[in-house]
Amino acid sequence: MASNVSVPEQRRRSPWLASFYWLVIFITFVPIIVMVLYSFNNAPTSRITFAWNGFTTYWYRNLTQVDGLSHAFVTSLEVALISAVVSVIVGTPLSMALGRYRFWGKGLISSMVFADIAAPAIVVGAASLSFFLSINLDTGLLTILIAHIAFNVAYVVVVVRARLSGMDSSIEDAARDLGAGPFTTFTRVTLPLLWPALLAAGLLAFAMSIDDYVITSFVAGSTVTFPLFVYGAAKVGLPPQVLCFGTIIFFVGLLLALANGVLNRRHLAARAATEDDATKIVVETKQPAAV
Amino acid sequence: MSDTTTLAKPRNRRPSWVRRHSPPYWLSLVGGGWMLAFFLIPLVSGLIVSLETGNPLTGYHLTWNWSIYKQLFVHSDIPYTTFFLRSLYYGAATTILSILISYPMAYYIAFKVRDRWKSPLLFLVLLSFFVSFVIRTDMWSFILSNQGIVITALRKLHLVGKNFHILGTSNAVIGGDVYNNLAFMVLPIYVALERIDGRILEAARDLYANGRQVFLKVVLPLSRAGIFAGVLLVFITTVGDPVVSSLLGGVGTYTIGQAIQDSYLTNQQFNVAAALSTALMVVLGIIMFIYAKVFGTQNIENLV
Repeated sequence: MASNVSVPEQRRRSPWLASFYWLVIFITFVPIIVMVLYSFNNAPTSRITFAWNGFTTYWYRNLTQVDGLSHAFVTSLEVALISAVVSVIVGTPLSMALGRYRFWGKGLISSMVFADIAAPAIVVGAASLSFFLSINLDTGLLTILIAHIAFNVAYVVVVVRARLSGMDSSIEDAARDLGAGPFTTFTRVTLPLLWPALLAAGLLAFAMSIDDYVITSFVAGSTVTFPLFVYGAAKVGLPPQVLCFGTIIFFVGLLLALANGVLNRRHLAARAATEDDATKIVVETKQPAAV
Repeated sequence: MSDTTTLAKPRNRRPSWVRRHSPPYWLSLVGGGWMLAFFLIPLVSGLIVSLETGNPLTGYHLTWNWSIYKQLFVHSDIPYTTFFLRSLYYGAATTILSILISYPMAYYIAFKVRDRWKSPLLFLVLLSFFVSFVIRTDMWSFILSNQGIVITALRKLHLVGKNFHILGTSNAVIGGDVYNNLAFMVLPIYVALERIDGRILEAARDLYANGRQVFLKVVLPLSRAGIFAGVLLVFITTVGDPVVSSLLGGVGTYTIGQAIQDSYLTNQQFNVAAALSTALMVVLGIIMFIYAKVFGTQNIENLV
């Protein structure tokens, strides 16, 4: 890290910047605090209200009471899990091609990956629905999966490719020189080195999928996912159980992220990071974005 | 090599031209094919759907009806042009506010704290992403509602009148958009700042630049790529978003994203929805292209 050279002069205290940072962070925490708090509110009705009527775990004990909510949640978990696994399986070879070879069409595929991430969700959703209608494919679970995999592949490629570019390709060359075929090189050398990136890519894909509202709203047909349910319920007032689900997702995600962070830190400490720092940050940047 | 057979037939020692050059193609076959079939082709076919005519009952047929664009944006009963301009305004306001808020935060993390605090501080920026997008947006509508904490408190302090409200206003929508997109601006700017070589800043100071000059003439230009990546993500997301304007807004904040969603899912005017989204994509493409040309930036793809 080259920027550390002038440490003593640069790290001057800056109370204004610090207070600004913490103020903004505090504001972003407000909705989270309210969500957790009101999931324990002993509200008289089954819609959230502002009056605080005392602490209760009633809503947690009756999580499945709301029609369709748990079903929507399970659907979302299924979609997220399947689309994450498939997009990692489909996206990893693509990242290998982009990260390890020069070939005709590479620029085109890179631009497509970039466009997939940058394109506004509303356009992608509307276009996907037009497409499914024109090929007479009934919208439902299958079309949700197809559309989710289509955007998740792009995220997988970004994460895995960043890892590949930080990885020393001479290790693979060495394996080949020692007589390993392409398949052996991949399964015995590349894959073990790539494993953390695949996990990170899968988690990111899972997170993007479970939280997607806009694209799903177009291609879902009569299938209801968790974000679709919440959006529909938000129009009339959320049932407190939605906040319970939100709170549970929040803490599970937080635990996973912290565990991942601790593991990574050990991993890095163990094998004193050789990668380019900026690349690493981009990968880290992309990992927890959006649950 | 001790194997005499390979020595006898030297042309087998090197794999054929096809074998040497085909791996990237079959590696990208499934992934590239998937994105081509379910992302790129639908995107382009959206243009074709917009040129169809018909109605939800009898179905739609391709008639190359280019005049739909004129119908929608020039003389239309529904003011789509207004929705469009309003969305662009929300996008621009959100992007500018995000830069103004994110830059000091990213600067603080990159330059003012010890290395071991950087990751935790970045993590705090991301924390709200662990709450589902729709829930966290609706929590704001809960907090800012007329019976909510904020307005109740302001009324008790007699800072605002009885009719004061936040929800349903453009400011509520812009605020919600800034909140939802903050991390997408902080992170790329941070990455760009982190890449700056500290020695360059030292050199600038040695050459008698004051703090302000160092920032304006060295740090800011060097973080341009980060700002560009952030602008790209935030502006595009905000302009097309139907959720924030619908949950935090009201009648006067109807956006193009909502218009696309409603014309498709509620009114089943497929051609209208396709035309609106094609127009949106083209307009966003042009704006981002001009922005990239004016502010000149290379390797965006490395940052996103």
